[in-house]
Amino acid sequence: MNDLQLLTWVRGPCLNISIVIFVAGIFWRLFEVYSLGRKKDLSTPRQLAGASGWHTIMRRMLPAEGLLKKAPITYIGGGIFHVGLAVVVFLFAPHIKLIQSLVAVSWPALPSQFVDLAAIVTLAAMLVLLADRIKNPIKRFLSTFEDWFTWGLTFMPLLTGWLAARHLLLPYTTMLSLHIFLVELLLVFLPFTKLFHSFTVFGSRWFNGTANGHKGVAV
Amino acid sequence: MSATLEKGVRVLKEVIDAPIASYFSSCVHCGLCAQACLFYTETGDPKYTPIHKLEPMRRLYEQEYTVMGRIKKLLGLSMPVTDAELGQWQELVYNSCTLCGRCSAVCPAGNDIVYMVRKMREGMSASGNAPAGIKDAAKRTVTIGSPMGVKLPAVKAQMKHVEKDFGIPIPMDVEGAEYMVLLSSMEIMNFPEYLGAIAKIMKHAGKTWTLCSTAFEATNAGIQIGNSDIAKVIVSRIVEGAERLKVKTVISPECGHAYTALRWEGANLIGRPFTFKVQHIIEVLGEFQELSLLKTEGFEKDRLTFHDPCQLARRGGVIQPQRNLMNMVSKDFVEMPDAGYMNWCCGGGGGASAIEEGEELRLQAFKVKKAQFETVKPDRIVTACANCRIVLEEGLEHYQMDLPVVGLTEMVADHLVEKGAQ
Repeated sequence: MNDLQLLTWVRGPCLNISIVIFVAGIFWRLFEVYSLGRKKDLSTPRQLAGASGWHTIMRRMLPAEGLLKKAPITYIGGGIFHVGLAVVVFLFAPHIKLIQSLVAVSWPALPSQFVDLAAIVTLAAMLVLLADRIKNPIKRFLSTFEDWFTWGLTFMPLLTGWLAARHLLLPYTTMLSLHIFLVELLLVFLPFTKLFHSFTVFGSRWFNGTANGHKGVAV
Repeated sequence: MSATLEKGVRVLKEVIDAPIASYFSSCVHCGLCAQACLFYTETGDPKYTPIHKLEPMRRLYEQEYTVMGRIKKLLGLSMPVTDAELGQWQELVYNSCTLCGRCSAVCPAGNDIVYMVRKMREGMSASGNAPAGIKDAAKRTVTIGSPMGVKLPAVKAQMKHVEKDFGIPIPMDVEGAEYMVLLSSMEIMNFPEYLGAIAKIMKHAGKTWTLCSTAFEATNAGIQIGNSDIAKVIVSRIVEGAERLKVKTVISPECGHAYTALRWEGANLIGRPFTFKVQHIIEVLGEFQELSLLKTEGFEKDRLTFHDPCQLARRGGVIQPQRNLMNMVSKDFVEMPDAGYMNWCCGGGGGASAIEEGEELRLQAFKVKKAQFETVKPDRIVTACANCRIVLEEGLEHYQMDLPVVGLTEMVADHLVEKGAQ
C-alpha cells in the first residue's frame, strides 16, 4: 500500500467504520446512562430564582468560589485546552469542509495562521496538564491507565494534525493519513472512556442543578 | 460471596440511577473535589478525595450497567467488590465524610458527589459495614425513640424545668395547633434552653404550638447510616404525630440532618407528599421577622460570627434569614471567609460525630474551622445546629480556644420585648 492508497483507505472505509462506531456508541451509552431513570422527588419544592439545571450548566464553566487560587493549573490549563481544542476542531477550514461533506452543514472558518497558533497553545496546555497529572498528588493518586491513554488519544491527533499542516517530520500525505487515522481512533474510543464526559457533563450539571433548584439553593 | 455482601451489592445496584450513571461517566479525575473537602485540605492525604470514596460503587456500576464493564469483568480486567474492600472503605464513606456537600458544589462536571455518598451508605449499611457508633444510634432511635436513648419521661421532666424557669406552660399533644415543635436529643439533654426559647417566641408572636408525645425526636440516624428502612420508621412517627394533631407546620429544630431528613427526604421515604409544611426553626423565625411579629430590644455588643450548618445552608437553601436575624439582635456581626453557601463544615455532620474512632481525624479537620475563626477573631460563635454546636465546642476545647458557642434561637428569644412591656 503506497501513501495515496493509505490516504484513500483512511478517508474512505476506515472513516465510515469509525463514524458508525462513534455514532452508535454515543447513542448506546446515552441510552445506557439515562434509561436508568430516577424517582420523582415528592418533597415540596422551594423554587428560587437563580437556581436550576440550566443555571448550573452555565455556572460550572467558571471556577467555583475560591478554588481558582487552589488549582490554577487545572482551571486555566483546562480552560485553554477545551477552548483551543474546539477552535482547532471546528474552525479549521479543512475540518469544516469534511463536516460539510458528511452532514451538509457549514460555517465560516478562522484564518489558518490563527488555527495554527491555537493548535500550539492547545498542545502546550495539554503538556502542562500532563505534567500536573504526574506531579500533583491528588491527580496522580486518582489516575488510572484510562487517564494516560485518553490523554494520548487526544494529544496525538492534535499533534499530527499540526505537523501535517506545517509539512513537518513526515511526507505530507503520510502525516495526513496518520492524523486522520488517529482521529478515527479517538472517535471509536470516545463513547467508552472518560472522554464521554463531553456528552454527559450537561446531563450531570442539569441533574445537580435541578436538585439544588428544587431546594432553592442558588449557585 | 457472603450473605451480607450479597445484600450490600444488591442494595447498591438498586440505588444506582441515571444521575449516578451520568456522574460516574462525567468524572475526568481532575481532583478539584479534594480541594473542597476538609478531610483532604487538612490532612493532604489524597485518599480523602471525595470521588475516590465511591470507587467500589463506581466499579459495580461499570460492571453491572455498562457493556464495556461487563466485557472487562468477563476478561478478568475488573475486580469484583469484596467484603474486605467495603470494610476498608468504611473510613472513607463515614469517618471522613460529613455529607457537607462542598464537593458537589465545586465539581466542574456537575457531579453531585454527596448524593452518591448518601446512596453508597445504603450499600455499606446493608453489607454490615457501617461504623458501630452510628449503628448503635440508629438502633436506639428505633427501639427507644432517640439516638441518645432519651425517652418521653425525660422530655416531660425537661418540660417541667423549663416551665418553672421561664414561667410559660409547654403544651403537649394539642390538637389543631399551628406548629408542632420537634427537638433533638441534644437539645433535650444538653441545651434545654432551646425549648424555653421556643415557648417565649411562640407566646410573643401569638402562635399556637405543641410538642407531640409520640414524635418529639427530630434527628434521623437512619439517614446518616444510610438505611432507608430505618429512616422511614423514624420519619413515619413524625408524620403520624403531625397528622394526628392536625398541625399546619412541623418545625425542625436546630439540627442540620434532622432538617434534611424531614424536609427533603421525608416524603420520598414514606412514598407520598406530606399534608403539612416542614420548616427549620430559622425559617420560621425569618418569617416572623418579615411579618414584624418579633419586637426586640437591645443588642449583643460583643463580636459575633455565624457558623452555617451545611444542611441548612448549602444543602437546604436557607442562607439569608439567619443573617437578618443576627443583624436584628447584634451590633458587631462579622462574616467568616467562605461563610454562607460555601461555609466549611464543623467536621461532625452526617453522623461523623457519633464515630468514636474518627475523633482524631475530626480534630485534624477542625483546623479549617480554627483558621476561619482566627481570621475574624469573634468573641462568640452563633450557629443553628445542636450537633455543630457540640462538635465546635469539642474542637475549640482541643485547640484551647476560649470561644463560647450559642444557638441563634435562644439569642433571638433573649431580646424579645416582654409582652406586658409593649
